[in-house]
Amino acid sequence: MASTDRSTARADVAIIGAGLSGSCIARQLSAYELDTVLLEKECDVSLGVSRANSGIVHGGFHHNLKYLKSRLEIRGNLMYDRLQRELDFPFKRCGILVVALNDEEMKYIDHLYTQGLENGAIGIEMCSRERMFELEPKLNSDCVGGLHAPGGGVLEPYRFVFSVVESAKKNGVEVLTKFEVERAERANEHYTIHAADGRTVEARYVVNAAGLYADRVSSIFGAEEFTITPRKGEYYLLDRATQAGPQRVLFPVPTKVSKGMLVIPTVEGTVLIGPTAEEIEDKEDLSTNADQLAQILDQARKMVPKVSQTDVITAFSGLRPASGDGDFYIDISKKAPNFIQVAGIQSPGLTAAPAIGEYVKDLLKKAGCSLSEKSDYDPFISKLPRIRDVSPYEADALVASNPAYGNVVCRCEEISEAEIVEAIKRGHATLDGVKYFTRAGMGRCQGGFCSYKIMKLLMRETGMSYREIQKRGAGTELLQDAL
Amino acid sequence: MKELHYDVLVIGAGAGGLAAAAEVAKHDATCALVERESHLGGILIQCIHNGFGLEEYKEELTGPEFAERLAVEVRNSAVDVYTDTTVTQLETETDDGLKIAYCFSAVYGVIRISARAVVLAMGCRERNRGNIRTPGTRPAGVYTAGLAQRLVNIEGYIPGKDVVIVGSGDIGLIMARRMTWVGATVHAVIEIQPYPSGLTRNIVQCLNDFDIPLYLSHVVSRIEGRDRVEKVRVSPLDNGIPDEDNSFDIPCDTLLLSVGLVPENELSKEAGVDINPQTNGALVDSTMMTSVDGVFSCGNVLHVHDLADWVAEEARRTGRYAVQYLRNKRPNRQVRIKAGANVRYINPTMFDPDNPDKLYFRSLIVKNQAKLHLKLDHNPVKEVKMSHIQPSEMLHVNLKPKDVASWNIMKDSVLEVSVE
Repeated sequence: MASTDRSTARADVAIIGAGLSGSCIARQLSAYELDTVLLEKECDVSLGVSRANSGIVHGGFHHNLKYLKSRLEIRGNLMYDRLQRELDFPFKRCGILVVALNDEEMKYIDHLYTQGLENGAIGIEMCSRERMFELEPKLNSDCVGGLHAPGGGVLEPYRFVFSVVESAKKNGVEVLTKFEVERAERANEHYTIHAADGRTVEARYVVNAAGLYADRVSSIFGAEEFTITPRKGEYYLLDRATQAGPQRVLFPVPTKVSKGMLVIPTVEGTVLIGPTAEEIEDKEDLSTNADQLAQILDQARKMVPKVSQTDVITAFSGLRPASGDGDFYIDISKKAPNFIQVAGIQSPGLTAAPAIGEYVKDLLKKAGCSLSEKSDYDPFISKLPRIRDVSPYEADALVASNPAYGNVVCRCEEISEAEIVEAIKRGHATLDGVKYFTRAGMGRCQGGFCSYKIMKLLMRETGMSYREIQKRGAGTELLQDAL
Repeated sequence: MKELHYDVLVIGAGAGGLAAAAEVAKHDATCALVERESHLGGILIQCIHNGFGLEEYKEELTGPEFAERLAVEVRNSAVDVYTDTTVTQLETETDDGLKIAYCFSAVYGVIRISARAVVLAMGCRERNRGNIRTPGTRPAGVYTAGLAQRLVNIEGYIPGKDVVIVGSGDIGLIMARRMTWVGATVHAVIEIQPYPSGLTRNIVQCLNDFDIPLYLSHVVSRIEGRDRVEKVRVSPLDNGIPDEDNSFDIPCDTLLLSVGLVPENELSKEAGVDINPQTNGALVDSTMMTSVDGVFSCGNVLHVHDLADWVAEEARRTGRYAVQYLRNKRPNRQVRIKAGANVRYINPTMFDPDNPDKLYFRSLIVKNQAKLHLKLDHNPVKEVKMSHIQPSEMLHVNLKPKDVASWNIMKDSVLEVSVE
């Protein structure tokens, strides 16, 4: 950044929203000689839409190429292998199966297959019943056939965002958290963006990647008026010990409104089932509901009968930012100068995110932003060792280098003190921040054993008092008094 | 990597692991006791209330005092104790029959411990919100009762001031009293069953004495509050389903969950140990040996006990059996035990007619003036009167050599245990 002044920062580009889209755009821009600032209203990145979704890199057959989202999905999918090498996040191309349970559904499989072929989805195949059971023995015996898309995969969306943001920061992007955009004005070819807490940022170009609040941000900048409707999806997470874990992501045949409820073998070995799809009004409503949750188990069992409610370790919901026509809205604003809209990024937003980064870079160029490549751009971030991923011999060497690797804090997910301290040092200084960065507290005991240990590490590493320890930001303080 | 060898490796130093290790050492076998926490005694050290030791030591102790008695036995023995050390991997299928454990320690690095026998004593974990699938928001202020107990009794922090407790298990009841004593208001204890889950003495001493209402056959059907818990919705059960029309809200900032315990058998399963779906613990024979030769299990990792005294008693037996195994002293014959009418499970699942022992079991019914029936191959062999039985109270029966001596035991005999 040109300025280190805490109250006013000057930038070439300000990106509003540090979710999947915003962070991928930021990293893309970090390859160029630009001052880029990434603004996030929450206390950490990836706490909005990008925190809770299915974590699927889609297989390229769900949407017609006439949609921008489909074109970006195809392109984005192909970018993930390289990203994984550069950014050290868990990602597995496990493949996707669409499960047809009757002949009517099989007709739709035919349509998806044709669409997938037209889209150039690599390795896509129509499957007989026999082939389906060969690929996935746990399927319901009612399965009559389906579709196999080997290019699909799974990752943890927040973990991916953390890596992308780290890479962007390494290459000079400044990230400002708790920066809730309240108003903005434009003078002398610059926007001045004001946060609710009084901080300001000046920028020549602004990218609106504000997820659920993209409509509000657009309005603040005097750009297009549109409405983002939250569509809630509820999920159950199953213990890794479940008998119901498939080899590949299982989709039902989609309905008109959604891709349906999935059975997902997550990249970390647990199993995710869901999501439901319910249009709601409140953009902060992340509650789960008994009637919705009941549907999940029923629907999941239609594909994998072994799904059992005794395997449930937690339930959660996420909100998809749905726009009017169902496609992504990514364009140069026709009303506000030098303002790029990145709105309505619902499914397949995760798959498309890296391609959205490229696409927005090109839009900025089109809008007049000069892009010259940095000579010292480094796409790689340093790998963080995880004790659960290494052999006992490698772990022994890790402990020799740093004894804190020998202290297992989270027993369920096998996370060491060293990994947690590293998360805190990187700014993930809440219980949820540590959880999403390291997985500590995400396992079967859901933090019953390790929460207090992580609270103590947070206090030790940051100097915070017990009253300042939060679950995920202001208002979520965990401890109210001391003896 | 540091490599060590012992006759017996005991995993976990709670009441069970301590008692087992002490017993192994007493019988002159070498023993390593590996504990992931920095202290001995496991969860006992946060149980600062009394009621421990009445059976094991014939006097009333607090949890830490009870733990200290056991820890002193271990410290005065030849047991090698490794605290702050976590077993992450247990291999049992080796060419020479040795069990191999990989243990993480900040001090020693990764230690490879080989042993001829292993005693699993990892204890249990609390069921949580996900396990009971309570809908609503996910705010700060939802804790398992054991975590809250740790925060208050050991760390010295008070998680909240207006408390509702879900589940009338013992930890929940103890915490109702504890939270009241530290100045919080406990508004209610909500129990899904038509009877309390905890010991009667705890209902009296922790709820009735403080006028804390207990709602039986009720559930918390929803948690509300965006950032911090603001209220919970409480619903009476109508045929097992929450009755919306008669539901009511209780404003609170904290929800404590005491909704059951689950044996922590992830390590056991990886080692190939067969699990009893009724207990979520290992299936063990008359010597507390699991389906894996040389691997034993006792205490709350085997089945959740009501009293630490019983854990210690069971673990001492297990320690002795592990040493006998080392010396190739195995039972000549074992008779299978079956859970009969109204019995949820029985542990162990076999008995040795030449060395009969104590059997622990749980009833499926609530009844006063109940009767326990033992039938060998459908023939009644023993009957015991029990003044009161209920599912939440663990029961036991002692098989005595003089009883068994008169039984007509055949090769495939089965002993059935039932209550009515």
